[in-house]
Parts: sequence; structure tokens; C-alpha cells
Amino acid sequence: MKILVAVKRVIDYNVQIRVKEDNTGVVTDNVKMSTNPPDDNAIEEAVKIKESGKATEVVAVSVGEDKAQETVRKALAVGADRGILIKADGILEPLAVSKLLQKIVEKEKPDLVFMGKQAIDDDCNQTGQMLSALLNWPQATFASKIEIKDKKLEVTREIDEGLETIEINIPAIVTCDLRLNEPRYASLPNIMKAKKKPIEQINASDLGVDTSPRIEQIKVEEPPKRKAGIKVKSVAELVQKLKNEAKVI
Amino acid sequence: MSVLLVAEHNNKELKPFTLNAVTAASQMDTDLHAVIIGNNCGDAAKKLSELPLVKKVIQVEADHYENFVAENFTPVIVKLAENYSHVVCSANTFGKNLMPRIAASLDTSQVSDIIKVISADTFLRPIYAGNAFATVKSKDPKKCITIRPTSFDPCESSGGSAPIEKAEPSEEFNNTKFVKREEIKSDRPELGTARVVVSGGRGMQSGDNFKLITSVADKLNAAIGASRAAVDAGYISNDHQVGQTGKVVVPDLYIAIGISGAIQHLAGMKESKVIVAINKDGEAPIFSVADYGLEADLFEAVPQFIEELNKLNTIQK
Repeated sequence: MKILVAVKRVIDYNVQIRVKEDNTGVVTDNVKMSTNPPDDNAIEEAVKIKESGKATEVVAVSVGEDKAQETVRKALAVGADRGILIKADGILEPLAVSKLLQKIVEKEKPDLVFMGKQAIDDDCNQTGQMLSALLNWPQATFASKIEIKDKKLEVTREIDEGLETIEINIPAIVTCDLRLNEPRYASLPNIMKAKKKPIEQINASDLGVDTSPRIEQIKVEEPPKRKAGIKVKSVAELVQKLKNEAKVI
Repeated sequence: MSVLLVAEHNNKELKPFTLNAVTAASQMDTDLHAVIIGNNCGDAAKKLSELPLVKKVIQVEADHYENFVAENFTPVIVKLAENYSHVVCSANTFGKNLMPRIAASLDTSQVSDIIKVISADTFLRPIYAGNAFATVKSKDPKKCITIRPTSFDPCESSGGSAPIEKAEPSEEFNNTKFVKREEIKSDRPELGTARVVVSGGRGMQSGDNFKLITSVADKLNAAIGASRAAVDAGYISNDHQVGQTGKVVVPDLYIAIGISGAIQHLAGMKESKVIVAINKDGEAPIFSVADYGLEADLFEAVPQFIEELNKLNTIQK
């Protein structure tokens, strides 16, 4: 079984976002970039499945500028066998990304495609479901547990009401939630080894997909600031304020 | 052209956020139709028809719609979408799972999780966990939109009498089978709609200590929330998580106990009307959004807080 894992390079989750003064986006120059956190869970799960003997190959793919190679390289350092970078500049919408991934799926013919449930930059939460639609494959979104049963997967999904379990036939798409597993850190020897693993580079423009934006970003602004609150000295004062000032209890 | 709203329900009743989605959809175009897809969902369809903003209800029923599998829902919605300019639903796990599958099938670039309708094609949406707001304009001929339910008021729920039309079901998608759903039943208000939310974080130190949170919630008739750290540590189940990847809540009163206030948690609660933080670390980022901050050891402060609440006889149970 072969697993393709899609990973995205995003601003690190610990970075305080700053909006550009001209309101065209957020500042990305000299800002720490990392793998989108739930994509780390996706890679981890694929590598674990391979380690259990149920998969033979894990291929990491990213779509983005040259530097997205670092994100692919990180996936290789935690256990992916080889990488693919689809080179594209500028912001690509999830629909365009899923069309590019569809081309890679057609070429690589994986049994499973894993990715994070959502990217923490645009917060769209679309790509996995869109790729499933384009391929007409089953989708298991927000996965917190995956069990492989012959040519089927039993997936536990995190939903608003609690948990849901579905059974899907392979080939299938799974989008991973943060509680699926605990992503490992790459060891130094594995980081060195990853440098020798191949990363195939493909230009998005060579894949015959129209990636032009369908959504015009008119402006990006700071959210309205909350006015500064106060510190209270005691529980009694807190309760009095809540009762008499805020009138919420 | 008109707007097609996809109703969320449990075959008997509408889910409360359907009312918020109706409000949002009606701001895109007042010619608003709603589709309800399920199995034996006549009662819920009737309730949908009673919403004054809904001009027509389309009811689609089949056994394979019983459990709301997106792969089954998509073809029927895609077919109905021929007659509409917009397809709309809530950005909760139901809509997040479903809408992108519809959008890709329609070759539309979806606009996710909007918090404001500026015009029929222009919307405001938070990005980077709410640390920036983007104004975006959809250029697709058909628009697929998910709305953040807590950013729109629920619509009027009675007085309407829209006609209910039946539509043909689509074929079953055989590669996905529903197995089971484990819903956590509770007598408390629902987290997404509660007037008061009391949340605990890593500072609670154990699942057992969450009974302090429960006691406060009991006093205030509140829903119980948690930070991702508390959920990851196994103190409480995932359906309580508030944040970028959990639920977004906008209660009148949000009480954060032992929560440091990571960016991703703030994204889920900072629009609350009044925020209280109890934390022993005076530098914790949660204090930057709190209206009332109490720098104290929660294991001393929370029992006192419960005692003080007991003294008040005005608490609404």
C-alpha cells in the first residue's frame, strides 16, 4: 500500500501575526515558517502505518514556492521515503491545490491520501474534501483514530456532538485532527539521511491546471481590538464586579 | 437567482445553528430556499417551513441520508444548485465536511467561515485564527459559502408557512458506510449557544480537578469548555474544546480558569461579551483579552468563587 501525504508550509503557530500596513496581507518576510500542525499528524500516521508493515511507501507532496522544499524535507526526516514539490508562486486557493494534487494522485496512484484537516493560515478547511470530490473517493475528515482493515479503513472522526465512526473503502482521503497521534521529532541522523532522499520538482504550470484565483482578496485588516480590562484583587471583588458592573451574574 | 441553504438537523429537529445560517443566507439574497436531506425528517422539514425567511423548502428523503454522509448528500445538492446562485451552510463539522465536496463538484472556490455579509459576492472572514480579517470577493458564478454561526443572530423560528416540495434522492455512494455516533448527552446548555461558558485549561492539572469547573458551571447554568491543552492531556473530551480548531463561542460571560491563552484558544472565545480569567501567572496572554483578571492560584480562588456565588441569591438556575 502506498500513502501520499500533502503538507503545507505556513507561518509557525507561535508567531504573532502582523497585518501589512498596505492591507494586502500579513507580514511573511523574516517570519518563522513551519509545517502546518495537523499535517505533521498526517505524516506521523502514514509513517506509523508503514512501520507496522501495512504500507510500503510514504510520499510527501507540497505545493508552493521553492522554500516549501524545507517542509517536504522535514517530512522525509520523520520517515517519508521520497518527496514531490509542485512549484507555484503566490496564493493558491484550496480548489487549485486540490486540482494539482489530483494530477499527482493520477500519476502516483496511492491507495490513501492523508493531510491535515485545516491549514492554520487561511483556515479554509477545504482541500481534502475537494480532492475527494474530484477523485470521487470516500472522505474521512477530522480523523482522530484510523484502523486499517484489509481494503477498508475504520476512521473515528471528531464532530461537534462527540465522535463518529465511519468505514471507507480504499482508495480514500483522510484529513487528520490534532489528536490522531503525537508527531515525533526528527533525529539528527534522520535529518542527515533525509538530505539524500529524492525530491522531484514539478512546475504547477506543467500540470495543465488552471490555478488562477477565483476569489479576490480586497483587503486584510487587524481585527478590532478589545479594550483593556482590569485586574481585580480578590474573588469577592470579582463577584461584585460581575454582578454590579458587568451585570452578567 | 436565489440562495439555497442546506439545513442541519437530526431527522426530528433542526439543529439550532440552522437558524443562524438562515439569517446569513437571507443577507445574500432574500429569495431563500432551504433543502433538508434526511430520512423520515418530515417534522424537521415542517419546522424549516415555519421560518419566515424561508420561501420554499425542498425535502429529500432516503435511507442512505439517515446519517448525513457528505458523499451521499453532495450529488443531490449539486443537482439542485443548478437553479441557485449561492449554496450556504454553517461552518461547523457538518458544513465543513460537506461544503467543499459540493464546491469542488461545482468547480467553485469556496468562501469558508464568513462572519459578515458585505454584499451578495463580498464577505468578511477571519484568517490566521482570527488574528486578521480578510474582505474577499467571490468571482465564481455559483458561490459556496459557509458561515460562522455565532457571528449571525438566529432567525425568527415561527410564523412562516413555506411550501414543502419533495425532490428525488440521488444514488447511494457505496464506498462510505456510517458505523456509529457517540454523542455526549448533557443536561447543560450547548457549548455553542450557552449564555455562560466556564472553561478549564492545563492549569487544572487533572481530569478529576475539572469537577471544580463543573461546580462553577452548575452555579451559573453554564456550558463547560476547555483549552486544547486540557483536551490533549485527556482531562476532558474533545467536544468541549474552544479554539481555532475547536468551537467558536460568543457567550455573555466566558470564564477561563487555568488557561494561559494560546493564540489558538483566544481565536475561539475573544468575541465573548465579558471575559474573566483566573490564572496564577500574571503574564499569561489570557489577561490581555480579559475584562476582569484575577491573578491567583485557581485551587484557592475557585472554591472561594463558588462560595461567593452561593451567597448571591440572584443566580438564575
